[in-house]
Amino acid sequence: MIKIEKLHKSYPIGKGSLHVLKGLDLHIKEGEFVSIMGSSGSGKSTLLNIVGLLDNHDTGNYYLNGQLIENLDEKKAAILRNKFLGFVFQSFNLINYKSALENVALPLYYQGIGRKERNKIALQYLDKVGIKDRAEHLPSELSGGEKQRVAIARALVTNPKVVLADEPTGALDSATTHSVMELLKEINREGMTVFVITHEEDVAAETDRIVRLKDGIIISDEKVQKKSNRISYV
Amino acid sequence: MIKFLFDTDTWQEIYSSIRKNKTRTAITIIGVMWGIFLLVVLLGAAKGVENNFNRLFGDFATNSVFVWAQQTSKPFKGFQEGKSLTLKMSDLESIKKEIPGLEFVVPRLQDQALAVNDFKSGRFGVFGDYPELDEVQKMDMVYGRFINHNDIIEKKKVCVIEEEIYKQLFDKDVQPIGTYIKINNINYKVIGMYKKGQIGSGGPQGNIHIPFTTFQQVYNRGEDVGWMMITGKPGFDITQIEADVKLLLKNLHKVHPEDDRAFGSFNLGKEIAKVTGFLTGMQFLTWFVGIATLIAGVFAIGNILLITVKERTKEIGIRRALGAKPWEIKRQIILESVFLTSIAGSLGIISGGIVLMIIDVTLGKGDEPALTNPTVDIPIILIAAATLVILGTLIGLIPAHTAVSIRPIEALREE
Repeated sequence: MIKIEKLHKSYPIGKGSLHVLKGLDLHIKEGEFVSIMGSSGSGKSTLLNIVGLLDNHDTGNYYLNGQLIENLDEKKAAILRNKFLGFVFQSFNLINYKSALENVALPLYYQGIGRKERNKIALQYLDKVGIKDRAEHLPSELSGGEKQRVAIARALVTNPKVVLADEPTGALDSATTHSVMELLKEINREGMTVFVITHEEDVAAETDRIVRLKDGIIISDEKVQKKSNRISYV
Repeated sequence: MIKFLFDTDTWQEIYSSIRKNKTRTAITIIGVMWGIFLLVVLLGAAKGVENNFNRLFGDFATNSVFVWAQQTSKPFKGFQEGKSLTLKMSDLESIKKEIPGLEFVVPRLQDQALAVNDFKSGRFGVFGDYPELDEVQKMDMVYGRFINHNDIIEKKKVCVIEEEIYKQLFDKDVQPIGTYIKINNINYKVIGMYKKGQIGSGGPQGNIHIPFTTFQQVYNRGEDVGWMMITGKPGFDITQIEADVKLLLKNLHKVHPEDDRAFGSFNLGKEIAKVTGFLTGMQFLTWFVGIATLIAGVFAIGNILLITVKERTKEIGIRRALGAKPWEIKRQIILESVFLTSIAGSLGIISGGIVLMIIDVTLGKGDEPALTNPTVDIPIILIAAATLVILGTLIGLIPAHTAVSIRPIEALREE
């Protein structure tokens, strides 16, 4: 689903440049639940931005759904994002003057789907994440967990190939974190590829595969040993 | 694009964006509204002043010149300077024959006379006139008719009086037509009454008009002419006609060709041209001020949208992460700009129209209005509205470009 070969990325800083990603190789298959671990500055956000087509890479190859990503202009990138990717952000990034339902329906608007159809689909997804009854509320009237559920519903609404979650639990307390991770797991069980970026061990432990990043290189890539009823939250 | 314009969602987006910034939207709208409001009101007022001038001069054919005889100021062909000159009927024939491009040449005789009706009397200006006077100086008849050719041929003792004279010589509500008044002890039948024009000639007391031939006979004027009114055909320069007529008259009356005092004249066309020039200048100024204000208003909209876009950077970033194409973001902002300018423009035109109506009611009424029919032509309004929409689109391009030039990742990073 996502295949990265010898990926390099550097940012210009003053006269020099900061080499953030130093030749990453990563292959994520369809249906995997992967987390990228790393402290701040390890390059994990940069990786997500490149995978999410929000940023360009310098050298190396990136295949999304078997398609080589190169020479993307903004229009093509927008179409690919809309079609293949669903984003979940740490700060939720909901549009604050739109109701939960409208927020979820927004990606469908950019697909050119009519209002009625859009709201019907959006409502299905709100139901799926368990907050159908909050559909008409504005983000300011929702709790953190509810906001993230709206954001997840929004990421799922276009039926993407990959859900990219950037610190999805970073702004949530541990109980809410658990329920959000359960939701992501459930989505993964239904066959969705989920790609989580986090610096929390607990969150990473919930996923099936942990890729550790340090100073722009992958230092480890291992499957998580599944324990039944594993409770590791404090 | 068409689908985009008629899509409920499009307008929903604009509505929510406007609702989010009520105060700012209102201030912006007022900016543009003020511009077009000024344009409409100034143009309307200028038009009103122009109409007023037209109404003042409207009684006269505007390409007219009045000519009369004075005294010579240079000796010529054995005559001393200071010779009194009098226009003759034969001069008129020569003028008509020699000078091209004349519409009318109307001779007039003038005197003061005592007019009496029963016990009421007054001194008024008496004029001997031809029916053609009505062509050169439109008579606004209230009752009856003006002098006709039959009156001229039969030298009838009839008169046309001004409303002012009726007020002085008649009791209220008495029908003057058909009654007789005495002018210098001769009875004249009143055949018509007219309303005073804006430019009166003769005494302030009012004028009485009798047939030219009757005047000649009664006052024993022979072939003399007091003065004449000459109008040129359209396309002929009245100033040239004035010069030609005077030169011809000098020739006929054996006056030195360079004697400028022998014949007096008043060129109405020239006087009107001065006023028209002033009005054109005023209209130019109006357009200049109006359009400048309009542009300032449109720039205010552009500025506000730019700030809005800056504030909405994050939102725009989210939308783009969700798959909004740059053009979709752009057109939304441009439409917002056009929508705001159009609303503001319409409000400005409506309020301008209302103010013009108020001006019309307060300043445009009465006998001596300051303005007449202050109006703005529909095409001008349409042009102004179209200009607004075009300017709105152009100015919207700037914030729209800013909105998509920020990369979504940078926009999302913004807190």
